[in-house]
Amino acid sequence: MTAVEQGLVGHHGTSGDVDMSTSLAFAPVPSPVLTASGCSAFGQELEPFVDLGAIGAVVTKSVQLQPRSGRPTPRMAETPSGMLNSIGLQGPGIDGLLADELPWLARRGARAFVSIAGTRVEHFAELAGRLRGVPGVLGLEVNISCPNVESRGEVFACDPVAAADVVAAVREAADPAHPVFAKLSPDVTDIVSIARSVTDAGADGLSMINTLLGLVIDPDTMRPVLGGVTGGLSGPAIRPVALRCVWQVHQALPHVPVLGMGGIRSGLDALQFVLAGASAVSVGTAVFNDPSAPARVHAELADALAQRGFARLGDAVGYAHR
Amino acid sequence: MTELKGHVGQHGPYLTEPAPPAEHAPVQRVVEVLATRPVGAYVELTFAAPEIAERAVPGQFAAFAIGGRESAMLLRRSIAIAGTADGRVTVVVAPHGPGSTWLAGLQPGATVDVVGPLGRPFPLPGPGTPALLVGGGYGAAALVGLAGALRAQGSDVAAVAGAASADRLCSVDDLTALAGVTVMTDDGSAGRRGWVTDAVAEQVGGVGVVYACGPMGMLRAVAELATAAGVPSYVAVEESMACGIGVCMTCVLPVVGADGRTRFSRSCTEGPVFGGDRVRFADVGTLTADVVGAAAMGVVA
Repeated sequence: MTAVEQGLVGHHGTSGDVDMSTSLAFAPVPSPVLTASGCSAFGQELEPFVDLGAIGAVVTKSVQLQPRSGRPTPRMAETPSGMLNSIGLQGPGIDGLLADELPWLARRGARAFVSIAGTRVEHFAELAGRLRGVPGVLGLEVNISCPNVESRGEVFACDPVAAADVVAAVREAADPAHPVFAKLSPDVTDIVSIARSVTDAGADGLSMINTLLGLVIDPDTMRPVLGGVTGGLSGPAIRPVALRCVWQVHQALPHVPVLGMGGIRSGLDALQFVLAGASAVSVGTAVFNDPSAPARVHAELADALAQRGFARLGDAVGYAHR
Repeated sequence: MTELKGHVGQHGPYLTEPAPPAEHAPVQRVVEVLATRPVGAYVELTFAAPEIAERAVPGQFAAFAIGGRESAMLLRRSIAIAGTADGRVTVVVAPHGPGSTWLAGLQPGATVDVVGPLGRPFPLPGPGTPALLVGGGYGAAALVGLAGALRAQGSDVAAVAGAASADRLCSVDDLTALAGVTVMTDDGSAGRRGWVTDAVAEQVGGVGVVYACGPMGMLRAVAELATAAGVPSYVAVEESMACGIGVCMTCVLPVVGADGRTRFSRSCTEGPVFGGDRVRFADVGTLTADVVGAAAMGVVA
């Protein structure tokens, strides 16, 4: 039974009627569709395909204190409805981000949701401090869950105490105007306990999910395909896992804002995340397939909400639980 | 297209300058297949794509989505643009996996989502500079437009087209219309028996610039011959790319920049055309301590 049939919401015939504005915790955004960290670099390459100021935000590739070369190639393997990557957080470091990428986004009126990463708690805190008051920065996504770090399997997001330590330090150091979202790994036994731990430590919201750790072996060489051996699995293949994580966490912590991601390719995919409890979504690997996907997913989601009689995106958040 | 500025000895130890970016931004369009034609082991596809055709310059490529919106193959296939006439874009597809096989099987009237033109074009030398073009397998297709551009500015153009066997040669007729062509095959089934490098070694001394497109091993050998002869070379690489537009960071190679420092550079946006003496072919697939950012990966000298 649809919301309209239940008489819960008014009927709106066109997507133009749907109020798509939402927020990342206390930071308002005009669209619930964002890019995903690591899938759109720092936004510049999408300019020919997407109005960067119209989407919710550009979630940057994770930045660290120092420039990083990333891992040797091969870095990528296509998998059924997905891909495995082992990039190793190649990037310019915080100095390059502050000098080049963030001013570029600010000049275009794009909101930057800056993903930060590090190997020690104080690295994350220093990054958060360096981003205080920077024009165009909407908030921070704390990447405590990248599988392609030196100590694989020992990511912060797999340990509730370590995850909470990072988040508490970031919240303490960050600009009070910047919401702090913790990005969680699905590679845990109980994601709700991690979610509870980081929100108790001061996370204003949760980004779910990062990639799943995976492996592909080349049957011809009989060796792992990726230079980094294992890699992060992304794309529509992981969508049901991501949706399950969002569902479980929203059920346990219904007042915690969730930025949902994991295999979103269409407006109906995004709708599933919204219904499960996400108040915004990131479009990641789909951008490799379709560089205009963030704008397309926004339009398709608006249409899907209108067809189901929702006047506001917010009315659909968590609807599947009710 | 920008003029090649490098001259021997003028810019430190390198004979080339990094290729500058293209003038025009790419577009994304759903385009129709107009014609399809088998070319030996390959398939030549022609699309109605006027906005891509009018923007494209030699050396650039297009990135094709595979299998429609619900496809389980998410990654685009990046293929060199072989021709752009009358609002049409032509590419030569080598079917070797499920994605390229799908693309090669498209029939006239079918539509496909394509992004292009992408990547940095071949820099052109000063007017009249004699040029040698070297194509391996279907890589020769990427050189046809370049041969035309060089001829238009008064350059003598020689070309070497090579492959394992006759059925894996490509674009020989198109190149022959524009250049003196030497054909080389490993098995002698067409042209001379031998490797393209045999012919390059004979001809490199008489030209002012070398361009190459083909497999990595061939590019390395051609670039090394050119550099040893003091001739600048530009290579168009065929790295596998997930996106083609510069966001996925999977197609990187160790390349020496204008500042003399080596970076993991994206083949799609910093390439696919690189100075042949700037690609560190021997270090592909490894991370050496002098790559910018290697220290943060725990790799130190």
